[in-house]
Amino acid sequence: MGLIRTLALCAVCSFTAVPAMASLAYVSNEKDNSLSVIDMDTLEVVDTIAVGQRPRGILLSKDNSKLYICASDDDTVQILDLATRTIIDDLPSGEDPEQFALHPNDRHLYIANEDDAIVTVVDIQTKEVLAQTEVGVEPEGMAVSPDGRWAVSSSETTSMLHWINTETFKIEKNIVVGQRPRHVEFSDDNKTAWASAEIGGTVHVIDVDRLSEIKTLDFSIRGVHQDKVQPVGIELTSDGKLAFVALGPANHVAVVDAQSYEILDYLLVGSRVWHLELNEDESQLLTTNGVSGDVSVIDVADRKVIKSIKVGRYPWGVVIAPSP
Amino acid sequence: MSNIRLLAAALCFGWVLPAAGFSADIRIGYIQWVPDQGPVLSNILPEPDDAGQRGAELALADNNTTGRFLNHSYRLESVVADSASDAQEALAGLMDQGIELFILNVPATTLREMATQANDRALLFNAGASDNALRVRDCAPNVLHTIASYGMLTDALGQWLSARRWQKIFLITGPTEQDQQWADSFRRASKRFNLKIIADKPWSFEGDLRRTASRELPLFTQASDYDAVVVADVRGDFGEYVPFNTWLPRPVTGTQGMTPVTWHRVVEAWGAAQLQRRFTGLAHRDMTDIDYAAWLGVRAVGEAVTRTAKVRSKAVRTYLLSDQLQLDGFKGRQLSFRTWNGQLRQPIPLVHPRALVGQTPIEGFLHPKTDLDTLGFDAPESQCRIVK
Repeated sequence: MGLIRTLALCAVCSFTAVPAMASLAYVSNEKDNSLSVIDMDTLEVVDTIAVGQRPRGILLSKDNSKLYICASDDDTVQILDLATRTIIDDLPSGEDPEQFALHPNDRHLYIANEDDAIVTVVDIQTKEVLAQTEVGVEPEGMAVSPDGRWAVSSSETTSMLHWINTETFKIEKNIVVGQRPRHVEFSDDNKTAWASAEIGGTVHVIDVDRLSEIKTLDFSIRGVHQDKVQPVGIELTSDGKLAFVALGPANHVAVVDAQSYEILDYLLVGSRVWHLELNEDESQLLTTNGVSGDVSVIDVADRKVIKSIKVGRYPWGVVIAPSP
Repeated sequence: MSNIRLLAAALCFGWVLPAAGFSADIRIGYIQWVPDQGPVLSNILPEPDDAGQRGAELALADNNTTGRFLNHSYRLESVVADSASDAQEALAGLMDQGIELFILNVPATTLREMATQANDRALLFNAGASDNALRVRDCAPNVLHTIASYGMLTDALGQWLSARRWQKIFLITGPTEQDQQWADSFRRASKRFNLKIIADKPWSFEGDLRRTASRELPLFTQASDYDAVVVADVRGDFGEYVPFNTWLPRPVTGTQGMTPVTWHRVVEAWGAAQLQRRFTGLAHRDMTDIDYAAWLGVRAVGEAVTRTAKVRSKAVRTYLLSDQLQLDGFKGRQLSFRTWNGQLRQPIPLVHPRALVGQTPIEGFLHPKTDLDTLGFDAPESQCRIVK
């Protein structure tokens, strides 16, 4: 039965023309080895693409034509051509790639190798490994500043942010933060970097010029045990006004005033919310909810969850490609 | 490379960064003394001889990876002793070398003696003894427990049975002192979680059950009705043969069947898959609960040194027993030590050999401070006050 259905589904995929107009969201399903494609106009899943094993971090090339996928259990980064929705190539990634970040030069990909305590830098064009920088135990979060100066890796068991100079590939500064730092996000103006500490239950805002912490955010949700407040994904609006923080098994997303650091609201989403992505005009925010296997859609202006979309098992990463 | 740079920076600007400028060499002792358990009927999957030691080694590597960014280096001195007196001699010898931090995988009686011996010269982490008495009555101020007590394990099971409304229990208890302790602990849990033990039978058969389990056990477990069978067979002698051989078609839990554990290879959520992979890479076998407890002890030391830049046992103890501690044990919660008896609060997974069944504390079992204290001995239930 299952087999027949799979065959039928594939037959449908191969004959379906890829819609040209709508903006599309791509969601990596960690335990289904697939990507779900969501049409951002209809907010429905329009396709499912088979990819490598245990896909987690995903990101778009600067021209939005390709999607890079950390296929963690295949120890590779796959390149998906978005026009044809086929895997066209892969990149050497080091072992167990989990998250990565692309330098603004559109060539240097910084990959956190969770099992090896290493950050691998790969040139996407030549497929050459440019550097492997030793970091702390279980590097997870990876971010490159918009001006391209810094690459930051967060190591979970070491509880540090490692600041890597993108010219020398050497660590210049280590900042100890709360337990189990998961994710790092730079503000668009390069002035601050936000790092979430999952077990610490905190978000640390770092002044990038001085490389020191300026604010620790704590979260408290009525009726939710404090230990379940576990920040993971962070998303900042481009005007620098708002920050969204996914709070994991607390099943809420915190809305934070990014200037006063006041917590404005907590929005109830699906179970164990991981990562977040704003759409092109920043009117909607998507969240991946690992345990409930769905994506919540948040209306940013109204601060309301307007829909949940069923995707694959353990949705992890999400990116939105603007309409062409 | 990077630590050379840091060291250079520290030499030039030693006054700028106290944390980075402080370099330290931290030595930790690991002492193991595991008495022979005697012959068991179920000897297909023996416990590894180096359980505990390999966990400590992994944590040492984890600490050193972190430490190289801070100029902290950690070393482990491991001793596998042949007797209790050997273990005590090893402790004396290592303390004379100046070591103040120890991971112990020894029985409760030996642990008590070593705690007295160490007095205020060392901090000991108990990674091997689950005996309740060490948490209720015979607490030593210099001992912290990273392995769960029998009380925590049986409370975890009690919560599960209560949540599933499997309240009528057929209890089978083995002959060893540990079996009796486990069963006593379960009887306590049954009162706390409103379970009714409808049959409480000692296991006394001496034949070889591998041949006769299907004949003996159905008769042994005859009773009018029960919801579950609970087995107390800590060393794994007969218990493996109880599942599927009961008189009534009922699930088997306890030390066999579905089991509450400190750690098990099937635990994979909350990043645990990474810890399991790192461990398998190092030891080429699965991580046991003793390995995990030893790992946690060494990691707790690393955490204290990283956060406080202090290495003496008294400072480490003060930090670990403070509310500053946020220990990450890959169980989805921050872990901390109970200040009355030094027991590490931690969720207890319930597992069967190939999958996780559930995680405790189960939602709905309430506590005024932390629901983790619904497992094991809360302050009013313990005579101990190791922090004055």
